[in-house]
Amino acid sequence: MRKRIGLVVATVFLAACGGSGGTASTSPSPTSLSGYISVFAAASLTASFDALGTSFHKANPGVGVNLDYAGTPTLVTQIEQGAPADVFASADTTNMDKLTADGFTTGASRVFAHNQLEIVVAPGNPKGITGLADLAKRGLIYISEGPTVPAGKYSLQALTTAGVKVTPKSLETSVTAVISKVELGEADAGIVYTTDVAAAGSKVQGVPIAAADNEIATYPIVAVKGTKSSAAASAFIDYVVSGAGQSTLATFGFLPAS
Amino acid sequence: MRRERVPIVVVVPAAIGAAFFILPLVGLVVRSPWRDAVTALTAPDTIEALKLSLVASLSATALGLILGVPLAWVYARVEFPGRDLLRALTTLPMVLPPVVGGIALLLAFGRRGLFGSWLDSTFGITLPFTTAGVVMAETFVAMPFLILTVEAGLRSMDRRYEEAARALGASRWRVFTRVTLPLIGPSLFAGAVLCWARALGEFGATITFAGNFPGVTQTMPLAVYLLLETNQEASFILSLVLLLISLLVLVGLRHRWLGSA
Amino acid sequence: MSLEASIRLALGPLDLDMELTIDEGEVVALLGPNGAGKTTLLRAVAGLVPFNSGHVRLDGKVLEDTATGQYVPTERRPIGFVFQDYLLFPHLSVVDNVAFGLRSRGTSRGAAAQKAVDWLGRVGLEDYARAKPAELSGGQRQRVALARALAPDPRLLLLDEPLSALDVSTRAEVRRDLKRHLASFQGIRLVVTHDPLEAVALADRLIVMENGRLVQTGTPAEVTEHPRSQYVADLVGVNLIRGEADHGTVRIPGGAAVAAAGAESGEVFAMIHPRAVAIYRMRPEGSPRNVWSGRASNIELLGNRVRVRIDGEVPLVAEVTPAALKELDLVEGGEVWLSFKATDVGVYPA
Repeated sequence: MRKRIGLVVATVFLAACGGSGGTASTSPSPTSLSGYISVFAAASLTASFDALGTSFHKANPGVGVNLDYAGTPTLVTQIEQGAPADVFASADTTNMDKLTADGFTTGASRVFAHNQLEIVVAPGNPKGITGLADLAKRGLIYISEGPTVPAGKYSLQALTTAGVKVTPKSLETSVTAVISKVELGEADAGIVYTTDVAAAGSKVQGVPIAAADNEIATYPIVAVKGTKSSAAASAFIDYVVSGAGQSTLATFGFLPAS
Repeated sequence: MRRERVPIVVVVPAAIGAAFFILPLVGLVVRSPWRDAVTALTAPDTIEALKLSLVASLSATALGLILGVPLAWVYARVEFPGRDLLRALTTLPMVLPPVVGGIALLLAFGRRGLFGSWLDSTFGITLPFTTAGVVMAETFVAMPFLILTVEAGLRSMDRRYEEAARALGASRWRVFTRVTLPLIGPSLFAGAVLCWARALGEFGATITFAGNFPGVTQTMPLAVYLLLETNQEASFILSLVLLLISLLVLVGLRHRWLGSA
Repeated sequence: MSLEASIRLALGPLDLDMELTIDEGEVVALLGPNGAGKTTLLRAVAGLVPFNSGHVRLDGKVLEDTATGQYVPTERRPIGFVFQDYLLFPHLSVVDNVAFGLRSRGTSRGAAAQKAVDWLGRVGLEDYARAKPAELSGGQRQRVALARALAPDPRLLLLDEPLSALDVSTRAEVRRDLKRHLASFQGIRLVVTHDPLEAVALADRLIVMENGRLVQTGTPAEVTEHPRSQYVADLVGVNLIRGEADHGTVRIPGGAAVAAAGAESGEVFAMIHPRAVAIYRMRPEGSPRNVWSGRASNIELLGNRVRVRIDGEVPLVAEVTPAALKELDLVEGGEVWLSFKATDVGVYPA
């Protein structure tokens, strides 16, 4: 799990002093909303939610935002064991349904993005991978996320659709773990989201998956039951599904919610 | 018989300290679903993890003995410049966070590592994602326990027995196998058991260096960690198994703790 | 066939420089106070202690020679070593202990066990073959240690204080047994001891060492009758003075001239038995030429005798009866006069 210390908690005092002039942008004037929210988000949302968190805080200087990223099932376990989350953003509906069925959510969850899969390889594609079928090549080290991680589940489905039989050498706990190992050169290939490949920049290279075999990942977001900052939590969720939030997500490569 | 009263300033912190350790263990015992114990313990993934853990930890102990006893002997018997530094380096894994150990192993023995890249290009051998990698990770963290215990045993033994053996015509090898080893037997045993117990429980270095796949690299600790997300009750049961094994080791070694024969 | 060694070494405070030659016909005891270097010398002969210069030759073959750099490791020397604490291997049975030397030298398991049992029989411990050393008494362990050292038929037998670990009551009996075994051993025998009784009882020749140097060598009789060092004199219990002889007197350091019949010239030892020294409260008159004043520094009751140490121009120990002491009304620190006859002084060249 990667804990990302988001933003400094701004005091009401500072919020009151926060000036409104100076920023000649089209962003709405800062609200007087205050509080502190802890957002648990799927690993594949790392870069995008960092950006969302920053702009949300700019618009709501009175709200401190803390972001925690990990594989989706890990986050579910933590919330169910009592971790203090206010907002939960999942990489699939299965995990969201589990959390809801177990009674840890407030209100209905809302889909805020979609994603697609992509094969990730080392820069220069030294093993010459062109598609899913190449993953079964002899001597190739292919790793995957575990079967309960959304990306892992989607990968299995994609491979099944494409009729490719390959056993991963390791079942990692999140997409970030898979990318790390490919970056390090320990693994030759893995299947992650297109957004992950984009976020990793020049450290990795992506190989597209044929549309017919690809899976569409659905990302819902919800407020966690028992949140102490329900106003701030709702505001954050509203922001994520709003036009501004959606365009931010789009810049990272996510497909729109609808 | 008159018994001295223990001062309250000692009793209270000691009791709190004891509770600190006992409560989590009690919690584990109480919360474990005993009825599902058999199902959890006989699930195929569990059996795989158990088998793998046993094989890997025993291999790590064997490797630890083969490499560690000579090292301990050198530390106890040979004077050379830099000995203290070398000893510190080879016992570093005892205090190093296991994940850090895993990363270090990757940088040395991974496919692009110092030594690993040579292994890959010359023999086509890669260590990460293999059971051999698990054994290496476990040996790395567990061997220092064996080295320290055996070294202590060698230092505390009466070396004149070795002289007596030499005076009777025993070659240096014979002195070592027929006199030295039997005399440090208790330390050797304690060191091996400590090494095995540590190897059995290793997690951070294993998951970082060797990865996670059932039957190949998914040892018991890894299985427990993953089960926590998918089947919590099963993870409690497996945790209990590991706990009981560790407890048995400690109780069995209670007279030999820290190497005094 | 002999052992011939010349060894010089420095080990901590010890500075050792010794030569010795031992034939196989004689049992030799290395006698000396603690710290004299006796055990170090023994261990050097065994090859367990490196030395600065010198050599060790056994039966003409070089075991060690610093001049040529030759060194035969301990395990290849045909020696048997009995250690002061016996050092029986605690994890092996008695018979396995005795067989250890044979097995180390290549004897088969069966033959070694047989020979070991034979040896145990010779030392009277055949019933204890399967026992562990910890189950045996001190005297029994000593016998096992001896058997263990002798079983491989060594050429040179080295014993380091073989009886000192025993209590006094068992010592006499074990000493007798040891003497018997030493007598029947065919090779060269060297015993280290600090106990003069042991040395005199076991050895045909004594080598007396002090501070790493040879002080005196000879048969037990020669050594005790003519001690050449304070150490031996103390062991035997006589007064020993060293000085320059000059026709009937011996001039000692400090200036005093002791009248001694038989003193001619040259450096000499003058030996006076404490029994020959008489003590008085006042200056005595009479024929004795040697009359000296002094102070009683120590009075010791030893059974039916009293030993009085007197400091003065001629420091001596006198031996009187308790009754005599009472009559003299002498206490420690009291002034006394002593006298002894010139004819009671034994003089021999230093």
